[in-house]
Amino acid sequence: MKIEPLATPAASNASTANAADLEEKVSIRNLKFFYGSNEALKSINLPLYKNKATAFIGPSGCGKSTLLRVLNRMYALYPNQHATGEVMLDGENILSPKLDLNLLRSRIGMVFQKPTPFPMSIYENIAFGVRLYESLPRSELDGRVEQALRRAALWNEVQDKLSSNGQSLSGGQQQRLCIARTIAVRPEVILLDEPCSALDPISTAKIEELISELESDYTIVIVTHNMQQAARVSEFTAFMYLGELVEFGHTDRLFTSPRDRRTEEYITGRFG
Amino acid sequence: MANLYAARRRRNVIATGLSIGATLFGLGWLVLILGVLLWKGFSGLSLQVFTEMTPPPGADGGLLNPIIGSLIMTVLAVLIGTPIGILAGTYLAEYGRHDKLSSVVRFINDILLSAPSIVIGLFVYEIMVFPMGHFSGFAGAVSLALIVIPVVVRTTEDMLTLVDNPLREAAFALGLPRAYVIRHVCYRAARAGMLTGVLLSVARISGETAPLLFTALNNQFWSLNLNAPIASLPTVIFQFALSPYEDWQKLAWTGALIITLAVLALSVGARMLVAQRKQS
Repeated sequence: MKIEPLATPAASNASTANAADLEEKVSIRNLKFFYGSNEALKSINLPLYKNKATAFIGPSGCGKSTLLRVLNRMYALYPNQHATGEVMLDGENILSPKLDLNLLRSRIGMVFQKPTPFPMSIYENIAFGVRLYESLPRSELDGRVEQALRRAALWNEVQDKLSSNGQSLSGGQQQRLCIARTIAVRPEVILLDEPCSALDPISTAKIEELISELESDYTIVIVTHNMQQAARVSEFTAFMYLGELVEFGHTDRLFTSPRDRRTEEYITGRFG
Repeated sequence: MANLYAARRRRNVIATGLSIGATLFGLGWLVLILGVLLWKGFSGLSLQVFTEMTPPPGADGGLLNPIIGSLIMTVLAVLIGTPIGILAGTYLAEYGRHDKLSSVVRFINDILLSAPSIVIGLFVYEIMVFPMGHFSGFAGAVSLALIVIPVVVRTTEDMLTLVDNPLREAAFALGLPRAYVIRHVCYRAARAGMLTGVLLSVARISGETAPLLFTALNNQFWSLNLNAPIASLPTVIFQFALSPYEDWQKLAWTGALIITLAVLALSVGARMLVAQRKQS
């Protein structure tokens, strides 16, 4: 694996921030992941920087979604899946068995490939999660719902039909509702698992714009198999192949001058 | 090439024809049953049927006591059976999907589902009627509840299994505890199917006669006492239809029509309710 020296990022990319601004929100150290006895992730070491968007790219089956699902311990729902190593979130190992999973997931939100609005009203879709962590008076809750919908650039489209079913929205709207739902509970990290792969180009553009805006307040991790998308929305990119992290670095640098032959072959479309 | 295509077309026509034929054959009997029921039972429908007790042979009367008896026992059976069935189905689908215990429970439930209802009647006779020393409405409701449970367990499990996994994961991803995820997301998503399961069980028990013969028996008079024998529509139909008296036979037809219409109305009503709530 090749990780560029972060002490001199300016050398590789003058337009991005100084190394001094970079703060590791999540540090993945020597992470291995197993489906049964099948090793799906092989000793991953990777930093995720605070208030930056990091993209995971790579061909299907390379382990990028698996890695994402380790970050909020989603795999713990299923038997025979386990991880070893360390994933530090603000200095706390989230792989620790003592960790409160619900609390972890309130700090690390997730948006899925397929839009997953809950079978309830648009308002309830958002208020539901908020109520779990805070007991707010109705007026304040209304405010939180509006704020989340505005943040997700959905407010103008749904403000007159907050009581209609969330599943009645279009695919792109549903996905923005899911993003609104995620940010309403005020997480610190947002995981996006191919959030646009089921959407049309216009909806995709809206979501990408949204991700760029959210970056200032949240640490964002996005899995995508669309390389242009990675280039558009992320500041850092990790290229994975066959369960290994092949290369990690500033997105611009990785796409313009990849250091590993496999990265180069992938981004130039020679395999994947 | 053209030959292959023609052969495939022929096979398609035959398969379609057979399917349509089978459907018509199956539905034909249903229409016939409903037709005969309407023909024989409709003329007996009158206010009297709903206001008077079952008569002795040769006298005027109605079906008020068996209607009320059936209603009470059915409602009670559903009240007992539904919570147990839903909780057990939830365990199978949500908590113990991969457990060994689940496959055992599932297997036993399937046996219970297909158990002859007369066996259930005999069982409840042994554990309730015999120790208590008399037939009772309670025993009737319990035996019906034993029929409700496996139906509800099965449909609840099936419907919850159909809930999309990403939806469940999305709820977990918000940090919801499992009980919340199940109650607020999975139940909502599976609501229509779960309700159908309960309705199916109501339809099933409202016609059950065998278990009631051993438990609630029958009662010719007005009684709301669940600790005593109580009348029910199926047992009255059974008794009256087998009798040589023409007026009793006529009441039996009317009773059969009432059960059928009640189940039909319940099922149509619930479906409309679900459709309406889904739309809003």
